[in-house]
Amino acid sequence: MAHTAVDATNPAAGDDPSRRDFIHIAALTAAAGGGLAAIWPFVAQMNPSADTLALASVEYDLTKIEPAQQVTINWRGKPLFIRNRTPEQIAAAVKDDHAALRDPQTDAERHKEGKAQWLVLVGSCTHLGCVPTVGGGEYGGWFCPCHGSHYDTSGRIRKGPAPKNLAVPDYAFLSDTKVKIG
Amino acid sequence: MLRKVTLLAAALLLVGGPALANSGVEKPMAVDFSFEGPFGRFDQAQLQRGYKVYREVCAACHSMSMVAFRNLGDPGGPFFDPKYSAATGQTSNDNPVVKALAADTQVPDIDGETGDAITRPATPADYFPSPFPNVIAAKAGNGGIAPPDLSLMAKAREGGPEYIASLLQGFGPPAHGVTLAPGQHYNRYFPGGVIGMAPPLAPDKVTFDDGSKSTVKQQAEDVAAFLMWAAEPHMEARKQMGFSVMIFLILFSGLLYASYRRVWRGESH
Amino acid sequence: MSGHSTYEPKNGFSRWLDARLPVGRLVWDSFVDYPTPRNLNYWWTFGGILSLCLAVQLITGIVLAMHYTPSAATAFNSVEHIMRDVNYGWLLRYMHANGASMFFIAVYIHMLRGVYYGSYKSPREVLWILGCVIYLLMMATAFMGYVLPWGQMSFHGAVVITNLLGAFPVVGDAITTLLWGGFAVDEPTLKRFFSLHYLLPFMIAGVVILHVWALHVVGQNNPTGVEPKSKADTLPFTPYATVKDGFAMSLFVILFATFVFYLPDALGHADNYIPANPLVTPSHIVPEWYFLPFYAILRAIPDKLMGVLAMFGAIACIFALPWLDTSKVKSMRYRPQARLYFFIFLVACVILGFCGAKLPDDQVIPGLETFQLLDSKLNSWVWLSRVATLYYFAYFLLVMPLLGLFEKPLPTPETISSPVLGGDKKD
Repeated sequence: MAHTAVDATNPAAGDDPSRRDFIHIAALTAAAGGGLAAIWPFVAQMNPSADTLALASVEYDLTKIEPAQQVTINWRGKPLFIRNRTPEQIAAAVKDDHAALRDPQTDAERHKEGKAQWLVLVGSCTHLGCVPTVGGGEYGGWFCPCHGSHYDTSGRIRKGPAPKNLAVPDYAFLSDTKVKIG
Repeated sequence: MLRKVTLLAAALLLVGGPALANSGVEKPMAVDFSFEGPFGRFDQAQLQRGYKVYREVCAACHSMSMVAFRNLGDPGGPFFDPKYSAATGQTSNDNPVVKALAADTQVPDIDGETGDAITRPATPADYFPSPFPNVIAAKAGNGGIAPPDLSLMAKAREGGPEYIASLLQGFGPPAHGVTLAPGQHYNRYFPGGVIGMAPPLAPDKVTFDDGSKSTVKQQAEDVAAFLMWAAEPHMEARKQMGFSVMIFLILFSGLLYASYRRVWRGESH
Repeated sequence: MSGHSTYEPKNGFSRWLDARLPVGRLVWDSFVDYPTPRNLNYWWTFGGILSLCLAVQLITGIVLAMHYTPSAATAFNSVEHIMRDVNYGWLLRYMHANGASMFFIAVYIHMLRGVYYGSYKSPREVLWILGCVIYLLMMATAFMGYVLPWGQMSFHGAVVITNLLGAFPVVGDAITTLLWGGFAVDEPTLKRFFSLHYLLPFMIAGVVILHVWALHVVGQNNPTGVEPKSKADTLPFTPYATVKDGFAMSLFVILFATFVFYLPDALGHADNYIPANPLVTPSHIVPEWYFLPFYAILRAIPDKLMGVLAMFGAIACIFALPWLDTSKVKSMRYRPQARLYFFIFLVACVILGFCGAKLPDDQVIPGLETFQLLDSKLNSWVWLSRVATLYYFAYFLLVMPLLGLFEKPLPTPETISSPVLGGDKKD
């Protein structure tokens, strides 16, 4: 009558071992499956909640921005740059369309058709998320003070550690002077 | 053993309800709502009618500050359309019916340029606007008692939606011995019998788009169902998940029992 | 952990680790090879069920704290934000709220099992006391947790319970002011209750470890109350106890899921869906069901200080139980008279629960007119609760000490595996 833990896993006399094992394996599998399924709500709760996802889009009146100026507005918790570019800045950007770019894009791809003057960008450096300062750097666009990334007047990465151009959000012109972002 | 536990819990449940001390107050009428029971679901047409009653009648005095227009188009909601759900990569924000209903309503805002208080048409992300700017104004406009917020009303009163449906139909001449001050009304379902709210519903006060006859009973039950949805918008998801969980647990318990019998076979205990 | 460890490291790494930090050996000795009496019935599965309850409360609680804001202005709305907007928030919150009730159902069964089978008697006094400490911490945690949604019941429940402490002479007012952090239950109170509600469960977990440690030193009691004498009396914990505990847990989770998915608000109170308003008290304040018997004892005594003392005394009796009971026989299976008094005690506790939920002066038997006795009619909940309170204390302070001296218990078996003929198998 000596009992050890091993006894239960050994088939007893006159027992069908495969059926016996099957029940234990099925029970353990169901426990593991149920446990895994139960984890999901605890992970999913960390994703953005419904009210966060429903955050209203931002509308902005462009008449308030003087030429060569930029405004920074808060959009979904991140800075958003709206820049009124001068013809020289646009020309400088277009000139470099076919230069050796780390993330090749033409200037035309980065603004709405016929609205070359207006550049709308997410103001987070694509390196590690700092906010670049306007007008700085070797290319006259933006310069990120954290780790020295230089962006040109189209917001393209030209020098420094950042891998990508400054992101262009989804936006649309509601009229000639009003944009809606998001 | 567990049966005893369940009975104990059930017994404790029964005593949990408060004693109705007021004489002359009736228990809520039994209403056969579609959402009752473990498989109950909201009747979408009823929720839509209920929303109309709320918007055209109740909203004049009662806020519903925890419900946003987008919620109207959420799964289980009055204007849910599977075309605008997570399955299609869209949200209730894109639902045109929800957008139109939101745009019908003006909400307060701050002008982004001048900082002045303005009103603008609502968007799906906006919450239902309150009829009064603050509690003091709500009190002042209603004889000293602010009309309660309706977001959770169906869960915040004993009897829930049946109580609400009964209350809305329970107005009448005061019971014997009850005297009413100006601005007070008699309601046989309201604790104490004296309520500040005037009878809000009347036949044909709301025109239902689906052709349902607009009786007080219909309006009362529809708005009660709508308030139940507003208080518990995930009820359908809850019951559906509960069904799968129960099936799993019963099968799992069966497996464990079989496993238990095998392990203990031949052991005296 | 009786006897020698039978743990044998199977490979090089476990041998290496075993010489440095023998966690594998600890787990093996405590939860695999650990000898359990072979005659344990299903009432013994509630220890495992309680550890499941604690785990569920801890995990759901930590997750809820990611979304909850402990501020008087936003607490109520943040709970509704969880219910409406957070992914599966309704599930997490209903699990946490109903999980508390499940925890108390399980702990009451666990405690009553201990009383019935004499699990508090030598050498298990420290084990019992540690269990009582856990119960006390659970009550504190549950009370503070109920305050957090900042609904009407939360708020006024907190007002009533904190005012209890004001009953103590001299220091009472200082204590309540200290608890409140102000002149009434308010913002500071909510914030400190949240902090403590987060802390106490980890203290519970710590005492649970001590409780399990103490259990493994003295070994489990069993339905006969006779200590195991040979290997024939025991079975290894795994797989025998694990599979039985697992099965019982699964059944318990079915009960839990019934509440979470189909009756989520049944154990709560409608008034707690109304935001806290310090200027209006709900017409009928009742605590959660698991506090009702103590609440009834409190209200049974017409004097404020004496009522509070009686309530704390009722809990103190449970602590003192190992020294109140004079019987040499552990299990009530062999104590027919003790069994009778135990079941009356059970009924008294349920009656106290009913009394705690009712208005004191309401009639117990509707329509029956009785005479006035002191402060209330005889046919009133307050008088019923006085009778039950009297029995509650008499059970601990008279029945327990005297019965052991005068009763004639049935013969107990020599060993667990040789039950005496005609032994009562009923529980």
